[in-house]
Amino acid sequence: MAARVRKAAQTRPRERPVAVSKTSSAVSPKSGANGAVTSKEAAAPSKDVQLLMYRRMALIRRFEERAGQSYGQGKIAGFCHLYIGQEAVGVGAALACAATDYTIDGYREHGHALARGADPKRVMAELYGRKPGYAKGKGGSMHIFDVEHRFMGGYGIVGGQIPLATGFGWASRYKRDGTATVCFFGDAAINQGAYHESLNMASLWKLPVVYVVENNLYGMGTPIAVSNAITDFSKRSGDYGIPGEAVDGMDALAMYDATQRALARAKRGEGPTLLEARCYRFRGHSMADPQTYRTKEEVEDYRTHKDPLNIMKGHLAKLGVGDAELEKIQSEVNAEVDEALKFSDQAAEPEGQDLYEDVLGH
Amino acid sequence: MPVIQYREALNQALREEMSRDPNIFIMGEEVGAYDGAFKVTQGLMKEFGKERVVDSPISELGFVGLGIGASMVGLRPVIEVMTWNFAILAMDQIVNNAAKVRYMSGGQLHCPIVFRGPTGAGTQLSSQHSQMLEAQYAYFPGLKVVTPGTPRDAKGLLKAALREQDPVVFMESELLYSVKGEVETGELVIPIGQAEVKRPGEHVTVVCWHRMIYPALEAATKLAQEGIEVEVVDMRTVRPLDLPTVLASVRKTNRCVVVEEAWPIASVGSSIVDAVQREAFDDLDAPVIRLNAKDVPMPYNKKLEGMYAPTADDVAAAVKKVLYIG
Ligand SMILES: Cc1ncc(C[n+]2csc(CCOP(=O)(O)OP(=O)(O)O)c2C)c(N)n1
Repeated sequence: MAARVRKAAQTRPRERPVAVSKTSSAVSPKSGANGAVTSKEAAAPSKDVQLLMYRRMALIRRFEERAGQSYGQGKIAGFCHLYIGQEAVGVGAALACAATDYTIDGYREHGHALARGADPKRVMAELYGRKPGYAKGKGGSMHIFDVEHRFMGGYGIVGGQIPLATGFGWASRYKRDGTATVCFFGDAAINQGAYHESLNMASLWKLPVVYVVENNLYGMGTPIAVSNAITDFSKRSGDYGIPGEAVDGMDALAMYDATQRALARAKRGEGPTLLEARCYRFRGHSMADPQTYRTKEEVEDYRTHKDPLNIMKGHLAKLGVGDAELEKIQSEVNAEVDEALKFSDQAAEPEGQDLYEDVLGH
Repeated sequence: MPVIQYREALNQALREEMSRDPNIFIMGEEVGAYDGAFKVTQGLMKEFGKERVVDSPISELGFVGLGIGASMVGLRPVIEVMTWNFAILAMDQIVNNAAKVRYMSGGQLHCPIVFRGPTGAGTQLSSQHSQMLEAQYAYFPGLKVVTPGTPRDAKGLLKAALREQDPVVFMESELLYSVKGEVETGELVIPIGQAEVKRPGEHVTVVCWHRMIYPALEAATKLAQEGIEVEVVDMRTVRPLDLPTVLASVRKTNRCVVVEEAWPIASVGSSIVDAVQREAFDDLDAPVIRLNAKDVPMPYNKKLEGMYAPTADDVAAAVKKVLYIG
């Protein structure tokens, strides 16, 4: 593990994260998605970082659209949970991380892996069940791991990843290596005992973990009000002496800012933070979801007024980035995804004996 | 007799029993407004209201435990676990509370509760979503573990489970929900703990349950064309185990193959083989063969997934092996 993790500092050259400016809390909050605190203007990262945010969000969007099509063609099977609409959460938080910080997620994780810099070819190959995929075709959509970029995986049991993140935090503190962990989970996971047990320990031992609950208003087909006694998730850290903050999860800059502050706090030894990313998924829960539980109008409203890519475009416009530059990024991203599809179509399947590989070490 | 799907048979059982007994209520994730993740509870919230068909948060340990508590004070909960993979989170409640409270309280308390949901393989859902977990529950004294393979058994056994005085772990299968079969309308109660000979034969006994009855029956049909008559014994319930039916069959055929979708170590099948060799040793003309899933977590890739569980060909080969032919 040590040898593999050491490589984590190398990100792919074109996308190397750039140093970022300091944060400031002087700006008063504006209202964002589901009434969350929006981006603090003064905390804006450099233009390069913002362009990278756009690129990664556009990559995730395109990747997920094409994955949806491939699912329709039967090239991807099992469950496939698309991240479309929530790109700003994963990308904003991932770019706030140092290359050595850990991130981990549930089953809606292709986007999070790409946000960290995972190779779209290998992510798609995994969705296709092919051998060059990140899990050699044995994990599929719900289990993408890119340890090299310190993306510690996608997991299929709701809430099951939260104690693991707490363990990464424990290790960081133990080793005093200056790393921290960002743990993503859905709003429904917050009702699992695993969450509560983790927060208690993380607070008790001041572990460097940022818990990000992606509140997209639904757990599968259940609206949050049907399954939560308190729907203001930013308050659900309180009993453990952990600060909670609501963030506009449709705005990558707001996510970036909040995650950076929480990571800084974690690395100063002040303990965990809960961030509630208020967001929305534009697609159904999974490819199999008929979405009878929400109205077309609601979805359209978010798509029209809160699309995270458009919000990011707005930020970039203020920096003088014009449509031409964004279109260029978009076409590069399209080509990258086309290549990933082609690669996956042609990639080899695992062999029969691969069934037995990686069950235990040798 | 009407031909209906396995999921409809379960739905009928729930509807009929809920109409009969007002103490029965259903709780679980997506059971109500969404009509059930696998549509087993379709229409029930509309018919019986939100008090009796309750959408729970995703907190398995919590709502499974809640159901156990409710059953201890007079209600008859049906707790749907979306899949048994997720019930692993609630395992402590099921095995340490539900299974033991009668014993630990000297019979003062007991839990008439049904935990139900699908176990076993899905469709390329990979390792955390595809596990055959009946042995986990059969291990604990205090639980009855039901594994119906046909729509008729599903209905009859679920109705029986809903009239039990003790906790029943009722294990369905994602891949069986759309299987069709003849099912009586109205009253049909099949006692828990009785195996059924699904196909009579004189040459070899094939013992199976749950989804594995299908490869077993398919193999039996094929082998019949070669003049080999296989007796297929469907256990239907893996705790208590109906060993008399198995032993009677083995005493007739003198040969036995046990087919299970579960992993080989500490499985239900290993208990069956143990009983057969102990009780029917002198009747056996060949060592008993046990077929299992490959001893690895379920892979996502379709080809590898297909190699995972025993197939009709595997069963046919094992039958020939105990017959010392081919
Ligand atoms: C322990 C467990 N229970 C149930 C499920 C089935 N399931 C998968 S996702 C899901 C909804 C989760 O919603 P949420 O946490 O809000 O995340 P989102 O899908 O909105 O990203 C459910 C019920 C599961 N995978 N694991």
